[in-house]
Amino acid sequence: MAPLDELKIGGMGASRRRVEDNRFIRGKGRYVDDIVLPGMLHMEVLRSPVAHARIKSIDTSAAWEIPGVRLVLTGETMAARNLAWMPTLSYDTQAVLATDKVRFQGQEVAAVVADDPYIAKDACSKIVVEYEQLPPIVNPVQAQAPDAPLIRDDKENQPTNKIFDWEIGDKAATDRAFAEADVISKTELHYPRSHPSPLEPCGSIADYDRATGKLTVYMTTQAPHIIRAAVAMVAELPEHMIRIVSPDLGGGFGNKVPIYPGYVVSILASILTERPVKWIEDKSGNLISTGFGRDVYLQGEIAMRKDGKILGMRMHTISDHGAFYADAQPTKFKIGLMHSAFACYDIPAAHLTSEGWYTNKAPGGVAYRCSFRVTEAMFFQERMIHNAANDLGMDQAEFRRVNLVKDDMFPYRTAFGFLTDSGQYKKCLDIGLEAIGYQNFKAEQEEARKRGKLLGIGISTMTEPLGAGNSREYDIIGIKMFDSAELRVHMTGKAILRTGAKTQGQGHETTWAQIVAHELGIPADDIVVEEGDTDTAPFGMGTYASRSTPVAGAAVAMVSRKIRAKARKIAAHLLEVSEEDIEWELGRFYVRGNPERGVTIQDCALAAYSNVPDGMEPGLENNAYYDPPNLTWPFAAYICKVEVDPATGVWDVLKFVAVDDCGVRINPMVVEGQIMGGLTEAYAMANMQYITFDEEGNCIGANYMDYLLPTAWETPGFELHEVVTPCPHHPIGAKGIGECATVGGPAAFVNAVINAIEHTGVRNVDMPLMPNRVYEALKTGSDISGMPPVRVD
Amino acid sequence: MIPAAFEYTKATTVAEALAALQAGGEDAKVLGGGQSLLPVLRLRLNAPSVLVDCSGIDEISGIREEGGKVVIGAGATHHAVMNNALVKSSVPLLAQATATVADPQIRHRGTCGGSMVHADPRADLPPVALALDAEFQIAGSGGQRTVKAAEFFQGPFETSVGPDEILVSVSFPKYDGWSTHYEKFNRTAQAWSIVGVAAAVRMDGGKIAEARIGLTNVGGTPMRASAIEQALVGASSLADIEAAAARASDGLAPFADDDADEEFRLHLARVLTKRAVAAASGLK
Ligand SMILES: Cc1cc2nc3c(=O)[nH]c(=O)nc-3n(C[C@H](O)[C@H](O)[C@H](O)COP(=O)(O)OP(=O)(O)OC[C@H]3O[C@@H](n4cnc5c(N)ncnc54)[C@H](O)[C@@H]3O)c2cc1C
Repeated sequence: MAPLDELKIGGMGASRRRVEDNRFIRGKGRYVDDIVLPGMLHMEVLRSPVAHARIKSIDTSAAWEIPGVRLVLTGETMAARNLAWMPTLSYDTQAVLATDKVRFQGQEVAAVVADDPYIAKDACSKIVVEYEQLPPIVNPVQAQAPDAPLIRDDKENQPTNKIFDWEIGDKAATDRAFAEADVISKTELHYPRSHPSPLEPCGSIADYDRATGKLTVYMTTQAPHIIRAAVAMVAELPEHMIRIVSPDLGGGFGNKVPIYPGYVVSILASILTERPVKWIEDKSGNLISTGFGRDVYLQGEIAMRKDGKILGMRMHTISDHGAFYADAQPTKFKIGLMHSAFACYDIPAAHLTSEGWYTNKAPGGVAYRCSFRVTEAMFFQERMIHNAANDLGMDQAEFRRVNLVKDDMFPYRTAFGFLTDSGQYKKCLDIGLEAIGYQNFKAEQEEARKRGKLLGIGISTMTEPLGAGNSREYDIIGIKMFDSAELRVHMTGKAILRTGAKTQGQGHETTWAQIVAHELGIPADDIVVEEGDTDTAPFGMGTYASRSTPVAGAAVAMVSRKIRAKARKIAAHLLEVSEEDIEWELGRFYVRGNPERGVTIQDCALAAYSNVPDGMEPGLENNAYYDPPNLTWPFAAYICKVEVDPATGVWDVLKFVAVDDCGVRINPMVVEGQIMGGLTEAYAMANMQYITFDEEGNCIGANYMDYLLPTAWETPGFELHEVVTPCPHHPIGAKGIGECATVGGPAAFVNAVINAIEHTGVRNVDMPLMPNRVYEALKTGSDISGMPPVRVD
Repeated sequence: MIPAAFEYTKATTVAEALAALQAGGEDAKVLGGGQSLLPVLRLRLNAPSVLVDCSGIDEISGIREEGGKVVIGAGATHHAVMNNALVKSSVPLLAQATATVADPQIRHRGTCGGSMVHADPRADLPPVALALDAEFQIAGSGGQRTVKAAEFFQGPFETSVGPDEILVSVSFPKYDGWSTHYEKFNRTAQAWSIVGVAAAVRMDGGKIAEARIGLTNVGGTPMRASAIEQALVGASSLADIEAAAARASDGLAPFADDDADEEFRLHLARVLTKRAVAAASGLK
């Protein structure tokens, strides 16, 4: 019998076509808004037009009078049920519907439930809210002014607008390193606020059944089980009476992790009306009020010896969290995993201090493929490295080579305490340099300058921590960060797999089946994958922070191995030999020394339901919970070559090379898709995407005329390369990949543009590098900051 | 994104449309392809009581030659205009500028007339009409009148079409043999112009014999760069063009936004004029 060909059954390494695309490309996806329940009502939210104001009165009488209006809710309605405020995922509170003040433009003030969405919208416009305007605060500089108005006057023990001070690292050792340094390089910049803007905005359908006491909520969420726990806590409903269903998601990128007021209000509305209530946010509502990314200032310093060796590093970050501290991040770390910065470099001493501030802007900060602020960490790192190499007068690639952690140094403990475990950093960098033609670049750049053309090259190398837990260190509001999988193999050898993760474009339905195929030899096409329904899926922390493959994916491998262990016993029974005499090859057990005599996994499945050995439980199903021993540490070298048009400040990408090492690739095509998408987002942030606010706190960019999304027309091509260093602790050797390109990409673009214009003395232009900024920098030879500078203390 | 409630009538003739507008009263509005009006309604920036849909009026949607002019029905879609053989040969600048408008989906619905009447300062077609001395045929209860492009555009989102009138057509003199180029400066495929330059030149013996230049988004209305139209006559090299284009920003008082402050806008007007004329003329 010829052994099974793993690629043919869609196992590990097969670029299997995405099975979910069968329905998506036919318009057969089923999103929250596609779901229609009998008797369903529609809810619309009224948002604040101003950024900071005291609410003097709300008059809903005209709204009630419109035929078809069933319910009008205000902060008062919520407060009567103790629901005017809800806890955030960072131990703060957030207003559900405003009672006392509005604290950002777009904040939820009231809601109308009506027979159709048109009536609800019309009725919203009839609600009269009287505001007494207060001075708005739109950045941390204003927030820390001595006479700044207090944004969170609702809180006790909150005398200022500061949210936290936090630090990590060894200050004394770092100070010593700086004292010994030959050269110190400084970098200051701002990583602007951006928004993931998934195609599908957020929404929910709450369906409370008074007869059974059961609450079902269809919801756009990347983490249904966390939502179930939170609803149990907030709404004081028993957890077994709550069912959260996250159907197909039209993208998430972290935007669908937080708990939004609209969800909560729709739940109360359903309880009050005893009807299903649907709330679908519009795109402007999504842009103006939901989880954004970044908005962090950096003051960074690197201490070096003349020969290029980095002795120490200091970072101070100032983050703008908006009106509520609602970051979805591990409890221990106030500014996420910012301290993963410089993890790929061998640096003896490091110290990070961070401060967080309230402003009159929408809350959030960790969305947009960022893995808990790793996006900022890696951007800061690579901009600091770029400046440091220049300040030292050393070649960018050489400076990195000197300082990158070497292959024989693993496992390597970073100055901030992370343990990186594997990688071939230099190899990745060298492949990238070769592919971009780095050797000849300086000559090319010189020659082009003579012709009035400005070429630049930018490198970004980084390893980032993906796949939280382990559960010792990682929890969100006390919920430990492990994950799970449940596998049921049916009598005919087909199977259903469920996990606690929740795909939103990553392709779990395709790739999880490939892991099972790899472990059991069941063809991937024979396995259906289901996620997102808390009544059927095993408990899990959801999908974000590139954690699905590192955690849930590992659980899939582990549960498959449990199934295989039981199947082996059944095989021994069927083959009438003892278990020790059974050998395994993909999809088949056979008798040692007699490969002809064997049974397939499908034979074992049938026997599990029809012919089990005495004393064995029938059936072939199991589950596994996986608590990873460590994070996974993928590495990437991104190198970009640009040409800047000195007359307009426009820059074009001439070539972009991406070398990614994410360990073993389950489905190379899916991995490449993740990288391509991530690089496109990186390009968008570097080039065009940012959300700004005017002096009044008006959000500029809450529409797609001002907030640009890149299209195929302007997005450059990307050349992808692969290096594989298996993760030593992951059952199939995989590392996270979902966020690498978004995290590491921006610095490659920015470093390239800066390189093209730095002969004029420019050190920094804040993102996005819009033509007017680049042109101005070139003309004046000075730095361009996108935001007012923040104090240095 | 739900608009406020409105009445809807579909007209099949100009007369019907005019009657419906009259009946609809003060805030009745013409609906063309809806590509500018519907976003305005959805964002609730405007709430007309009646929409008179003119997208099905055959008599205003054709493209034809008449009296030595190319007459474009107000209801002709962008897609129809840019692919029309007569437009391509006799008013190539309009075809080129239209091809840069938005994306194919929008170009299949949006109309030439709708773009002109909407008169968004960022729109790409008005400066073409201005530079090429187009004329606008407008129908009202008192009959039809003709307005020159120079008088048609009155301010941002303001034209000489009255609330109870409809635009019937836009007619362009024929520019057979002219060389043209529309230079659009924008950030993404379907984004609006930050600045745009519409250039048409008639070449004679390797020199520019006549030039027409319209500018997009450097003021509240499209702008005609008359000063440099003169200065370009006789230009025979890129250096000549550059010298003339340096005056492209003369007399402009643009506004500032996140994409460009006043100074950068003026700078772009100069740079893009040079590029547009260079591309149109082929001069090196
Ligand atoms: C995403 C997007 C991108 C775009 N990008 C560009 C771009 O890059 N460049 C550009 O120039 N344009 C752009 N547009 C606008 C586009 O060109 C519109 O099609 C055009 O501006 C309006 O034409 P319409 O037929 O759709 O008019 P409508 O939206 O139906 O109407 C617009 C206005 O004109 C009036 N109107 C329409 N027809 C008549 C008539 N016959 N008589 C009297 N009044 C009339 C209406 O009452 C309304 O006030 C874009 C639009 C979108 C949605």
